[in-house]
This record gives sequence, structure tokens and C-alpha cells, in this order.
Amino acid sequence: MNVLEVTDLRKHFPIRRGFLRRIVGHVRAVDGVTFHIRKGETLALVGESGCGKTTVSRCILRALAPTAGAIRLSIDGSVVDLATLSKRELKRYRRHMQMVFQDPFSSLNPRMGIADIIGEPLLVNGMRSADERRKRVGELLDMVQLPRAYRSRFPHAFSGGQRQRIGIARALALNPSLIVADEPVSALDVSVQAQILNLMLDLQDRLGLTYLFVAHDLSVVKHISDRVAVMYVGRIVEIASTQSLYERPKHPYTEALLSAVPKADPRIRADRVILEREVADPANPPPGCYFHPRCRYAQERCRVEAPQMEEVEPNRWVSCHRAREISLRGVQ
Amino acid sequence: MPPTPTVENITAAKVNNAPILSVRGLKTYFHLSEGLVRAVDGVSFDVRPGRTLGLVGESGCGKSVTARSILGIVDPPGRIEAGEIWLYGATENPTAAPTNLAALPPRSAQMRAIRGKEIALIFQEPMSSFSHYYTVGNQIMEAIQEHSNATRKQAHARAIALLHTVGVPQPERRVDEYPFQLSGGLRQRVMIAMALACDPRILIADEPTTALDVTTQAQILDLLRSLQEQRGLALILITHDMGVIAEMADDVVVMYLGRAVEKGPVDDIFHAPRHPYTQALLRSIPSILAAPRTKLATLGGSIPHPFNRPAGCPFHPRCPEFIAALCDNAVPPVLTEADGREVSCFLHGGRP
Repeated sequence: MNVLEVTDLRKHFPIRRGFLRRIVGHVRAVDGVTFHIRKGETLALVGESGCGKTTVSRCILRALAPTAGAIRLSIDGSVVDLATLSKRELKRYRRHMQMVFQDPFSSLNPRMGIADIIGEPLLVNGMRSADERRKRVGELLDMVQLPRAYRSRFPHAFSGGQRQRIGIARALALNPSLIVADEPVSALDVSVQAQILNLMLDLQDRLGLTYLFVAHDLSVVKHISDRVAVMYVGRIVEIASTQSLYERPKHPYTEALLSAVPKADPRIRADRVILEREVADPANPPPGCYFHPRCRYAQERCRVEAPQMEEVEPNRWVSCHRAREISLRGVQ
Repeated sequence: MPPTPTVENITAAKVNNAPILSVRGLKTYFHLSEGLVRAVDGVSFDVRPGRTLGLVGESGCGKSVTARSILGIVDPPGRIEAGEIWLYGATENPTAAPTNLAALPPRSAQMRAIRGKEIALIFQEPMSSFSHYYTVGNQIMEAIQEHSNATRKQAHARAIALLHTVGVPQPERRVDEYPFQLSGGLRQRVMIAMALACDPRILIADEPTTALDVTTQAQILDLLRSLQEQRGLALILITHDMGVIAEMADDVVVMYLGRAVEKGPVDDIFHAPRHPYTQALLRSIPSILAAPRTKLATLGGSIPHPFNRPAGCPFHPRCPEFIAALCDNAVPPVLTEADGREVSCFLHGGRP
């Protein structure tokens, strides 16, 4: 069963200039993104800064109103299209999708105690009884492996890793159908990163959670995700299961991205694919395939015709004219 | 075409094994009203021409303060309390007597002559380390004119040549642009050009790629490597990323809470780590080579607050091999083992 189905999602931000603030163009931050997430799985959305991965996650949470497209969320057997709902209608559904933020320091209110931070979503959604809330907050603290005695403390008393646990407990409070985690470990030290990743894996196994995991770090993504979608300039260029994407990438950008990650072993100082030039401007993308100016496999066709998503193997979607003919290097 | 860059005509310094910078027992403390922070607490290492020394550790381990101590730019109330920083020779006079940088007043003319000229620094955040009000060309020219008698015109030509060397496209145009007009990767290239302006012998790169995307990081690391080969630069690379260390370093110093816990050649550090912290750190890093959805070994607890520095070995509260009544009482000495590697842990000896 699919918890989330995103179809042809677009988010264009207008560029305004001059005294009359006329619209002179659009930044196509997200430009036709389609994917789904099954119940109990983790889909990772990866890409470099400016590729639109955060904009996708914010559209799904309806922190932004999408320009076009559908965002279908299954809730207890029925399906709602979040993209078209008004703010008022959305209120009923917000409890089903929760967010874990990147920065554990700015995402917790410093004036609220931990019990209030975790209990607030319960209160807002109608759990009036203080006793019930207290009980649920206790359970949630157990789940994220924080001592119940910490409930009366304030955020400043916690380290980055502990704060991220509190953020996760808050997201779990209402048993959401979908958890969107935007770079949840990138602000943490490596030794603490591992604790949070393991916790997220554990909770998923125990509670059957569904994650959309937005990240730039391909090593972190490998440890948490079942499937990976790679984004480049507002579009998904490749989507596949983690294993096959890392071992046998089908899109030249995925290959370059994998090869650029420094491997923590001095014996494999790989001869890597170094991309020339810079990421295309989403307000003024090149014609044809957006990646062609940096692609070493580009041909005439790539310069004029934009590739479409194609299922090159079962459950492997790639947007590249040459996906079937070129063989690319992955990481084993 | 820009004029032939003079920098490229310089033959790479002869790579020999004698260190050009030796840090011995460096201690840099911050005297704050809330208490004393021992940011760097007894760190020693050697820097050799043509080689890369990696300083690696998590936040608060003192790696950046070590770099700032070398250049005499520790922000007050921090100051060097003890230790020596010997700089051997000088660009003009290679046989000159070594200078102890730790003993030079930070604002002295002598220190100013060394900063930028002998030892240059690349900062982490290229946006905040440039001035917004001057063109990048102006900022590079300032560094050139500070250390030479070049005229404005000569300095301008040299700035263009430097931008060309570091791979900035259309350097004649870019030289007159402001930092905000450049992308992160280009800004970091300009930063490197500025650091190279006076042909330093030692380049300190403090998290040079942390703010960059992986593909840009690969470009910048590649650039640093080729510049090092061309010029025989001694590189001190400071990072928290073990992947970058594995990729770049020849020798590695692993730091934890101001102390160098382990030091050795890069291959040994990764394939035969001796200190429990290094071992735990290596096990806990997410790897792109791992099988999907595998749990990582974790290191319990978190890095202590600098005001709550544990007694004895600073790592003992998190250490899986903690020996009661020993590790929490005494600070383990730095032991030099038979193969030249250094480790600071009672498991390897030095018990009182």
C-alpha cells in the first residue's frame, strides 16, 4: 500500500523586478516530480543544495502551496489530495504527517519544558486530560530512549543528539502516517549521528513508520533508506532501490555523485568522476537535459530534447536518453 | 589570455623529510568568567613540505584553535599558555634560525610578515571571511601588496594569474566581481587564490569543503592536491570528515577535547587504530560502502561541555575500555611506540 503518492508536483517561485514588482520569470524549484512511498519504507530524497529536495518536502507538508500536481496521502483507508485542500480543510489532516527538523537547536522552543514540547501536539489535537498526556509523553520518552525524569527540563539542558530525540518524540506523538525528516542528522557530530540513525531504524521496525528522508549525505542515506530518489535542478533523475542505485547507477549524475563521496578508507583513493562547471540555474535552465552541460556522456540529442522518466528495469526509473546504452560505475 | 602566471614557473620545493613546522606541547586556554576552557591541551606534531597532515576530530576538539594558535590569531580571551611552535627557515633565507611562533607577540611585525607570506589559511565559510564591499580582485591584491612592493597594476595582473591557477573561469571578468556574485565553489577557489597570493610554504585549510556540496568538494580537494604537487606545499587539513582525511592526508592527528589521542600514518590510523576513541569513531561513521539499512556501532554519550571536562583521560566517560580508578584519575601520557606511532591511552602503557 502506498502511503504517499506524489504526481507531477511543481513549485515555481516568481521573480519580481522593478517598481511595479512585475513578474519577470520563475525559479522552477520543483519541476514535475513523481514518486510514491509504500507503508513502512524509507524513501530518501537526495541531491545537492538548490536541487529542490527541501521544497518537495515542504510542499508535501503544505508549508508551501504547490503550483501544480497532486499529493495523495492515504489515511486510514481513504485518500486525500493535500495539494488542493484549503488551509482550513488541511487542519484535519496535518496530524497524519509530521516533521523532524534539521537543526535541533532552533526547532525546540527554549521557553517550554520537554513534557510541554512533546505534549503540545496531543493537546492541540484534543487530548485534554493532563494525566493521559503525561502517560503518553512518558511512553514517547521511553521510545526515544530518554529517561522519563528529564520531562521537566528545558531544551538548553540537552546535547544536540538528545534534542534530536526530543524532536523525534514530538513527531511520533500522534502516530503519523508519514514522517518527513529533512536532514535530521546533518547538524550532529559523527559519533552522535550513528545513535540517531539507529534510533530511526529501530522505531521504524517497531512501529511500522514511513519516512521521507531528505538528505545530501549519500553515506547516511545508504544506512537508512529502502529506496532512493536523486534530484537535479528540480527534477528526479533516477529512482531505484538503495542497493541497485549504489551498485549500478543508471544516470550519469548519480554516478558522479557517488564517485564524489570521499570513502573512509585510504586504500581506495578512487579515480573519481569530477564534474566540470556548476549546477544549472533553475530560473534559466539549459535546453534539453538539464544535466547535459556537465555530462560526459552527452550527445547531440541531449542538448535539444529533454529526457522523460522511463522504467528501464522493474522498479528502476531513469530520466536519461542513454540509460540503456551506457554502463556506469557505482560503489560496492 | 592572462599573462603567464609567475607562480607556475616556480619549481616545486624539494620534498625532503625535514619538518618545516614543529608544534610541541601546545596549550591554548580561554579564560572565561564561567571558567577555564582548555581548548588545546598539549598537542605536538610536525608538518613536512609536500605532505598533508590531517587534524581530525569532532566539535570542540580544538582542531581550529590549534590552527589559529599557529597563526597567532586566537580570539581573546584565548591565549597560548605553553608550548612551542617552531617555524624552520624562511622563504628568502632557507638557512635562517628557526622561529618560535608561540613566543612572538601576535601583533608584532615579525608575526605579520609570517602570516600570509609563510603560512596561509583557508577558512571554512568563504562568504563570511570575505569583505562584501570589495571586489575579490581587490582583496587578493591587498594580500599581494601587503607582502611585496608590487604596484597596483602588477598586483592586478597577478590576481588574475592566481584566479587562473585555481581554475576560476574567465578570471579577467571575475576579478572585478564581488563575493556575493560567486557560487560557493568559486568563492572557495578565490579563497585559495588569496591564500596562495604570497607563495606560502604552509597552507592551513580549516574545513575547506564543509560548506560545499560533494561534487564541488571533489573539485576543491582535487585542486588542493594538484597545487600541493606543483608547489611542494605543506598542507594542514582540518576536518571532521574521516572520508576527506582518508582521501587527502599522509599523516593524521586524531583529537578529542583538546588532546591528540593518536597520531600516525593515514593507513595505520584507518586499518589499525590503537586508541579506543579512534576505533569507536571509525566504527560509527556511516559508510557509502555499507550494506543498505545496516545499523552502525555507536559511541555512547556525547561530547562533554567544555566547562565539564572530565577528570583524567577526557574520553573515559564514553570509553568502552574504561579502567576504573585509573582512567578517571590520571591523564594518560603520549607514548611513542616502537613503530613511531603515538597514542595516549593507558591500554598501551604509561600507567602510574
